[in-house]
Order: sequence, then C-alpha cells, then structure tokens
Amino acid sequence: MTALLEVEDLRVAYGKIEAVKGISFTVEAGQVVTLIGTNGAGKTTTLRTLSGLLKPAGGRIVFDGKPLNDVPAHKVVSLGLAHSPEGRHIFPRLTITENLQLGAYLRNDKAGIEKDIQRAYDLFPILGERRKQAAGTLSGGEQQMLAMGRALMCRPKLLMLDEPSMGLSPIMMQKIMQTIVELKAQGTTILLVEQNAQAALSLADQGHVMEVGKIVLSGTGPDLLHDESVRKAYLGED
Amino acid sequence: MTTNHTTTPGPAVLPIPAAAARIGTVAGSVVALAGTFLAWTWTDEFPGDLTVTGYPGGLQVLTLIAAALTLLLTLSGYGIRGLGWLTPGGTNSPVRLLALGTLGTTGYTIGAIAYDLGGAVNLEPGAWVSGIGALIATVAALGLPGDQPLDRTETTAWQRFRNSLGAPQAPRAKALPSWAEILIIVAAFGIGLYVFAYGIDTDYTELFIGFLITVGFAFTALHRAGLVSRLTALTAKHRNITLTAALVAAVCFPFTQQKEEYALIGANILIFGTVALGLNVVVGLAGLLDLGYVAFLGVGAYAAALVSGSTMSAIGVEFPFWAAVLTGAGASLVFGVLIGAPTLRLRGDYLAIVTLGFGEIFRLTVNNLNGNSGPDLTNGSQGIPSIPDLNFFGFDFGLKHNILGFDLGRSANYYLLMLVFTAVVVLVFRRSGESRIGRAWVAIREDETAATAMGINAFRLKLLAFALGATLAGLAGTVQAHVNYTVTPEQYQFAGSVPPNSAFLLAAVILGGMGTLSGPLVGAALLYLIPAKLQFMQDYQLFLFGIALILLMRLRPEGLVADRRKQLEFHENDQPGVPEPRQSEETGTGIAKAGA
Repeated sequence: MTALLEVEDLRVAYGKIEAVKGISFTVEAGQVVTLIGTNGAGKTTTLRTLSGLLKPAGGRIVFDGKPLNDVPAHKVVSLGLAHSPEGRHIFPRLTITENLQLGAYLRNDKAGIEKDIQRAYDLFPILGERRKQAAGTLSGGEQQMLAMGRALMCRPKLLMLDEPSMGLSPIMMQKIMQTIVELKAQGTTILLVEQNAQAALSLADQGHVMEVGKIVLSGTGPDLLHDESVRKAYLGED
Repeated sequence: MTTNHTTTPGPAVLPIPAAAARIGTVAGSVVALAGTFLAWTWTDEFPGDLTVTGYPGGLQVLTLIAAALTLLLTLSGYGIRGLGWLTPGGTNSPVRLLALGTLGTTGYTIGAIAYDLGGAVNLEPGAWVSGIGALIATVAALGLPGDQPLDRTETTAWQRFRNSLGAPQAPRAKALPSWAEILIIVAAFGIGLYVFAYGIDTDYTELFIGFLITVGFAFTALHRAGLVSRLTALTAKHRNITLTAALVAAVCFPFTQQKEEYALIGANILIFGTVALGLNVVVGLAGLLDLGYVAFLGVGAYAAALVSGSTMSAIGVEFPFWAAVLTGAGASLVFGVLIGAPTLRLRGDYLAIVTLGFGEIFRLTVNNLNGNSGPDLTNGSQGIPSIPDLNFFGFDFGLKHNILGFDLGRSANYYLLMLVFTAVVVLVFRRSGESRIGRAWVAIREDETAATAMGINAFRLKLLAFALGATLAGLAGTVQAHVNYTVTPEQYQFAGSVPPNSAFLLAAVILGGMGTLSGPLVGAALLYLIPAKLQFMQDYQLFLFGIALILLMRLRPEGLVADRRKQLEFHENDQPGVPEPRQSEETGTGIAKAGA
C-alpha cells in the first residue's frame, strides 16, 4: 500500500540559504509521525512547505496520490491536509465558534459542520463553555486547543501540528498530548512537530530526528526514545 | 432607594454634602429653566429673537432642553418612582454632564450675544438668571458622589473630575413585552429624526453651535446613564424592525424640510453615507486601505453623465435610468477589477499608495480627455454639465410635487431616490458581512496566513471585496451625477473642501466605526453637516479635521459606533468578554423599571 504522504528529497530555501536540505519520509494512514529537533532544524519549514505556504526548491511531495509541489496553499486544505501552525494563529477578535466555522470554510454541509463544532466542544469542553467569547481572550493552552479544533474542522486526512506544546504550562502540555493520543485512537493521521522530544516520541509510531535541514535518525517512537544519542541530545541525559 | 449601582461611590470633585449637592442641582436647573422664559437681550438683531418674555426661542430652547434633562435625571437620582429607568447605568455622572451641557449652551449663548452685539451690556436679566442657574447646577453637580470608585489614593483634581464623568455599565435590562420594545425603538428613531432635522434646520451658525454643544453633552450623558447601551441591546434584538424603523425615519425626513437647500444637504449626506458604507466593505471588513475610493464614485457618475442625454456628453445617447445605473455600476466594477487585480497582491501600505495613485490618475485623466490632450470624452475640466433631470413614468424629478399635503422639491425627490440605493447598499453590506464570505474577509484582515491555511483564497476574496466596494460606489455615483446637474474632475479629489472625497470617506468610516453598519452613516452625516453649517470654518476645514481625527484616535479609537471585534482590539484589558455578574441591585432596577 502506498503511504498517505510521501516526501522525497525535499529541499526548501529562503533566498540562498537552504533550510531543508533534501529530506525523505512517509506517513502511513492512521499513524502518528513526529519530527523532532532543535531550533532551526527545519521542522517548521518542512510543515509550511507541505501546506503550500512555502514553495519547495526541489524534491517531490505526494499526498494521497497527488503531487503537492505546485498546489497553492488554499487548495492544499481542500485535498485534506490541515495545518495547525506554529504560534497558533487563531483569529483573536472572532469568537470561538467563528474560528471553528472558518476552519470549515471549504465545506458546505451545514449539518455536518454543526456536528463537528459540537465534536470540537466535546474534545475541548472549555471551548464549548466559552464559545461566544473572542478567541483572543483565551489562555495560551486554550488557544492551542482552538487551533487544533479549527484544523480538525476540515475533516483532514492528515493533521499537521506545529509545536502544539510551545509556551504551555506542564499541565496544559499534558492535556494537549492526551488529546493527540485521543485523536490517534480515533484514527486521525497526525504529523507532529515538537521540541518536547520525550512527549512526542512516547506517542509516535514513527519518529525522525532533524538537524540543520537533514534527517539524521529515523525509527519507531519507542526505539528513538531509547536511543542513546537521542537521549543525550534531546532528553538532557548524560 | 437611590438607584446608585456602585457599591463604593467614588469621590466627589467638590466637597459638598451629597444631599445639599442634589438640592443645589435641582434648584440650579430649575432656575436655568425658568430663565429661558425671560428675555435674554433687548434687540432682535441677535438671530432667533431672544427678546420675548413668556416663551423661549432660538438658543433659549436648547438651554431649556438641557436644563430640563438635568432636572429629570437629578430627580431620577432621588429614586422617584417611575424615573429609575432613566439611569440604569450611572446616576450622577449624567447629571454632571448635562449640567455642564446646560452651562456650555447658556454660556455660549451669553458670549455670542455679547460678541455679536458688542458687549455684555446688551444682555437682559433672563440671560443672567439662566447663566447663574446653570452655574449653580454645575457646581452642585460636581459635589455629587462619583458613580465609579477611584482606586488610587492620591489623586489630582483633574483625575477626580475625569473619574466623576465615568460610569459603570448598566446591568442587563429586564425583557419587556416585544411590542413595548419595538415601541421604544420606534420612539428612539422618532427622536433621532427630530434631532437630526432640527440640526439641519438651524438657520444661523450660533444656533448650530449651540445645538452641537447640547447634543454632544446630552448624548454622552445618556450614554453614561446606560440608556444608549440599553437601546443598542434592543436594536440588536430586533434587527429587522430597527432597520425598518430607520428606513421609515429616513423616508420621513424630506417631509420635515421645507427649504430646498436643507433637503439638498439631506440628499448629499445620503450619497456621502452610502459611498462611505461601500468603502466600509473594503476597509472595515476586508481591511484593505483604499485611498482612492472616490474615483469609483467618479467612474459611476461620469458613466451615468455620458449616457444621460446631456447635450454636452460626448456620446450623446440617452439611456433610461435603470440602464444608466447598470452602466455606471458596471463601469465601476470593471475599473475595480482592473485596478484590484494587479494591486491586491500588495499588502498594507503599498496598497494604500497604489490606490492613492489611482485616485489621482482618474482625476487627471478625465481632466485631460478634452480633445486637446487626448480624445474628447469628458470635456476636460469643464466636466459634463446640464445633465437632465430624471423622469420616471411622467414623474419629473426636477419639479415640485405635492405628496400628502407636503411639497417635495427637486432635492427631496432625489433624496428619496438615493434612499432606495442606500437601502440596497445597507442590505448588501449586512448580508455580506454576516455570510461566510464576510467571515473570510475578517479572517484575512486578522491574519492572512492563517486564513490561507483555512483554505481561503485570500487574493480572490480581496478582489471580490474591492470589486463589490467599487460597484456600490458606482451605484451612488449615478445618482450623484443627476443631483449635482454636472460632473467635473474637481469633485473627485483625494482631499477637497466638499465631501465626499477619498480622505473624507475614509474619515467617515473611521470616525463612525469601522466594520459597522450605522457607523459610516453617522460619520458621514457629521462630516457633511458640520462643515456645511459652519461656513466660517471653511478655510481651516482640513486643519480642524486633522485635529479632530487625532483626538478621536486618542480618545475613542474604535469610532463612535464600536464594532464588537474592534472594541476588543483597543480595549483588551477592560473587556473580559463575559458580562459581569450583577448582584442584588438588579432587582432594585427591576422594581424601578416595573414602576415605570
């Protein structure tokens, strides 16, 4: 069976500086795959390229059997690839409900949208309680929940989460990670970019370690979690 | 029961016992009120004839109204049954504002009489009676406790004064039967229409300035008293009825105006307001700063003029009006897309610069298409004059018609025609603002990257907003050409002395409130009426206008009518988004309300 997402020798450059220097990986349907690595490793750049916000300088992206290289960002969503961007990027002055509705912008089935909004409220009860509140008034963790809920609103085949735990309290981070586990149990395919390697690897099926634009190590989540070099570099152990 | 809602009242500005202050306010406002029935000056050289003892006239009426309102709200502060509904929010701050308003109007009148007639000796005792009454009321009102606590311990007099003018928000109103709520809305629009018509009717400068002072203070006072937010809540609840009531009030307006020139002011305000509302789609919803918007009005007007059958038109055809409207709107649409397609790829400031340039290019081009510098299409700086009046099935817009016993002149006819267009634009704005597209526009304005990540084609939607805005302006332009008899390039400058021009349009949107429906209409009315009435300001218009904008940005950046979303941007700290729970006082107002 072919993978849901195939990335082959992907290169991305900002001007002359190459940020991603030829990486390859695949994401199978139903899997949680994580990219970990330090700041500047090229993780976010990879995601932004996949969702069409950046143009690849070389390589191939195939999603669900279709090449993605030249698809503009607003069309990528319609193919079933949702992106919850780094820094959340919620619409601060719109209400929570409006934010979720915007996530379903490309859909036309009113009843289905209503149902999915309800589902987001079930997944994140705090959002339901504050549905009429402007999103900017939420706390960081709640905004992250909203960003994830919003990305789910287009019923994606693949959900890309960029640093969902960034800037969150440990409790909030745990909650977010629990939600990812829940989503995984529901069968959602997830590509997760994280700096928190421990958390990401413990729930991932596949993991890739990135360093300065290259994948230096790949393996299953548990394998990487126990790999000595990973433990040294990212988990702070001697 | 005093209907003071704050648990801890703030400090008074002047150290007067509260009871004495209240009595003083009542006494002062009664004296000021009584004074308006006396003669204020001995000669009728001062406009408005203030020489009569027995009934008030001219500026005295304004003092009378301000004093009466002061009295009413002070009595409401006593907790008199049936008046409590007047002050659901602040109790003493509106009294203070109204007392200041009374003093301002009276003081201005006294000053104007003394100035116009050459000395205070021209004042009759009535003026002094009202003046002293207003002064007593103001001083006493400053002794009333504040409506909101002041949390700092050491405060200057100025801080205490500013705090004393603030008030807490009114608690949520008890629901009335819907017919009563509708009646309130209708009454509010009736009052609004009356005040507006009064303002337009003021036939000398002094009266208009007095009108501005009184209305300004009275409106702020009602706002502090919580009545404005109550009304807003009602209008939000009955939106369709509100729109209908507004439309009916607008239709009634020409029947209140007997003078042609005042009806013309009404028609021009309507044109200005409609175009501002169109610009609000572009600026307020989609967040695209368009500094050359008036050009689209010009395209519509020129297109309509060319096909109007004017003898000076280069084309010399005469389309029926509906076809001329389609031509004008279509031409604007085409220009909108042509200009928008290349420029909307730019963001922010760059777009503003390009649109500014386009606005000027339009004006220069029609100036040059005169047969010398280019093909003769627009008659150059002469413009296209003698545009004939419209004629619908024998109803000649240029003639006076008697409808229901009222004479409606040319301007009134065009006013009513323009109102149809305004209604269309209002509908378009409202429908698009609430639709999926409207939400997408707001999303683009907020965060274009995130919007794209939602699958929104930002470029296409921006182009849609731009083209829609252009079309709406074009629609208004087709009527404007007929109202003005003539179209000339000078009408469509970036900043000129006569609105609408691009700067004033943008100012109307910002002043009124970006992204709101009523904001641009209110802004346009103010920006047209004030310069039209205060002719002496003409030379300093742009200067004063700049100062006004700066003050507005400092004091109320969200505009007069605040958009829920914008409000959040500017007052993030003091808007928790959740209505504050109100404790036991709620029942107190409930009772007072029931007694009303």
